[in-house]
Amino acid sequence: MMSLPVMKAEGLTKIYGIGCPVCRESTGPGYETNICRECGAVVACGDISFELYPDEVLGIVGESGSGKSTLVKLLYFDSEATHGAIYINDSADNVLSLSPFQKRRIRNSRMGMVYQNPHYGLRMEVTSGGNISERLIMAGWRNIAAMRARASYLLRKTEIPVLRIDEPPANFSGGEQQRVQISKALSNNPSILFLDEVTTGLDLSVQARVLDLIRALQSNLHLSVIVVSHDLGVIRLLTTRTMVMKYGRVVESGLTDQILEDPQHHYTQLLVSSQL
Amino acid sequence: MKLDNYMKRKESRQKAVEYNFAFLDESAKKEIRRKILKAVAVPGYQVPFASRELPIAKGWGTGGLQITLSIIGSGDVLKVIDQGCDGSVNAVNIKKFIGRVTGVKTTTVTREATIIQTRHRIPEERMSEDQILVLQVPFPEALRMVEPSELETRRMHGEADYSRMWLYLYEDIVRYSEISIGARYPVTVNGRYIMDPSPIPRWDIPKLNMADTIYIFGAGREKRIYAVPPHTKVEPLEFEDFKFRVEDFTGAACRRCGSADTFLDEIIDEVSGRRIYQCSDTGQCDLSNGKIS
Ligand SMILES: Nc1ncnc2c1ncn2[C@@H]1O[C@H](COP(=O)(O)OP(=O)(O)OP(=O)(O)O)[C@@H](O)[C@H]1O
Ligand SMILES: [Mg+2]
Ligand SMILES: [Zn+2]
Repeated sequence: MMSLPVMKAEGLTKIYGIGCPVCRESTGPGYETNICRECGAVVACGDISFELYPDEVLGIVGESGSGKSTLVKLLYFDSEATHGAIYINDSADNVLSLSPFQKRRIRNSRMGMVYQNPHYGLRMEVTSGGNISERLIMAGWRNIAAMRARASYLLRKTEIPVLRIDEPPANFSGGEQQRVQISKALSNNPSILFLDEVTTGLDLSVQARVLDLIRALQSNLHLSVIVVSHDLGVIRLLTTRTMVMKYGRVVESGLTDQILEDPQHHYTQLLVSSQL
Repeated sequence: MKLDNYMKRKESRQKAVEYNFAFLDESAKKEIRRKILKAVAVPGYQVPFASRELPIAKGWGTGGLQITLSIIGSGDVLKVIDQGCDGSVNAVNIKKFIGRVTGVKTTTVTREATIIQTRHRIPEERMSEDQILVLQVPFPEALRMVEPSELETRRMHGEADYSRMWLYLYEDIVRYSEISIGARYPVTVNGRYIMDPSPIPRWDIPKLNMADTIYIFGAGREKRIYAVPPHTKVEPLEFEDFKFRVEDFTGAACRRCGSADTFLDEIIDEVSGRRIYQCSDTGQCDLSNGKIS
């Protein structure tokens, strides 16, 4: 029997700009643009629906500007959706209609995010232990020793020497910063983790270590993960299901292996053949 | 200008003196009293108010002064202190000004006063429910040290999103093995708002908690009023394993009155070059010293 989704999105749309009645119908892969011809608004994401299941790793792949980062920002409440709904677990309430305070509580207790740019996810001048503790503080932790024990555990898990707990991430290498971000994202035992291009910009050997780490964490911690990447290698390695995006729309979705073996959409075929 | 002179002139319809009792006009006082009521209704919440011009520069206690002027009546007895001291130039000037525009009696004895306006200290003597303490506030926003934007600090208060303040304390402990904040130690009021208690020493923070007295805070330059009503929980921010502590004067005593249980100012003796101590609360010190009975 199929279990219930941990997260469900319906018709998620994000329009940058004032927008007009024809924004959605005049953009997308069919028009080869995400810019509305009438009003010039950018339809960064249009009518995106999907379900994310427990323990599942869902990939989002697509070229630069296709709306991948925008989509995870909507899911993490970093950015406000223009239309659409998000449901968490089996709740019938659209979480997008909750107050900012309630959204933040859901985000802090259920979700973790690793940003493409570590500057978004970390306070570079605050110690790495402090960065991790911030989320614990949000969850009501008020014991320094307990927070430091939890931060040490997470740093060990993400292969950062615990000795560096009181150093700011500003001192760290790119790969180390991503691992501190992962520690921070995992601090509250989230059930959903968003990874936006975690390995972009890292050396190949560092990339491989970070990917191994994510695989190990995912299977140990029973996480549902959304992995954003324009790298089909990363998608193949980490995900079981994939959505392919172009001009703000999902053009194809299904099991990752099938999509990579037998792409249906013309764009996916191009993507697969160009990266083999 | 004595009040009776002022009244006489008014009676004789000489319009030479144009100000009202307590200087502010009644509508200004009413507006400020309304804001005080709101502040009392939402303990620790900063209520904006329209700060008036006074013949004292902003930043010299005009927030506290406007509160005092708005609540004072002719039967009140006023005490004004600056860093605990009744005799400091600022305290004396403010006291003179209020005395002149109201004609009220003034005192240096805490228990005799009905209104005490203060900067940087709360009197040592426990105050009663018949007294009002008005504090002058230079920087009303406790979150300013972690967030420069007013829009953002308002949102943080609105959503009780205080994790960054706590993170600041965490980092402080990591760096210095203790919380290094001295004056302006942040407190949680009534389990809800984080509040700047004004630059009082940590020594005075416990006096805010479950007090019999009402505390009203006024920031003139930043145009904010806030309050701690009587019997309100006021808790300094602290961790389970790093507790808030007041200043430690172990082994020290006031050179004038010998007190070892008051907040002491440290001074260097000019003759001997030695470190000596004396009560910061001069009214209290005079009392224990027998100067006033
Ligand atoms: N704040 C913004 N204002 C206007 N347009 C924006 C804004 N943010 C993103 N966009 C536009 O939305 C579209 C989607 O951007 P997004 O960052 O989601 O792409 P992406 O798929 O993550 O690309 P990349 O692979 O380069 O990270 C782009 O056309 C982008 O220019
Ligand atoms: Mg992106
Ligand atoms: Zn349009």
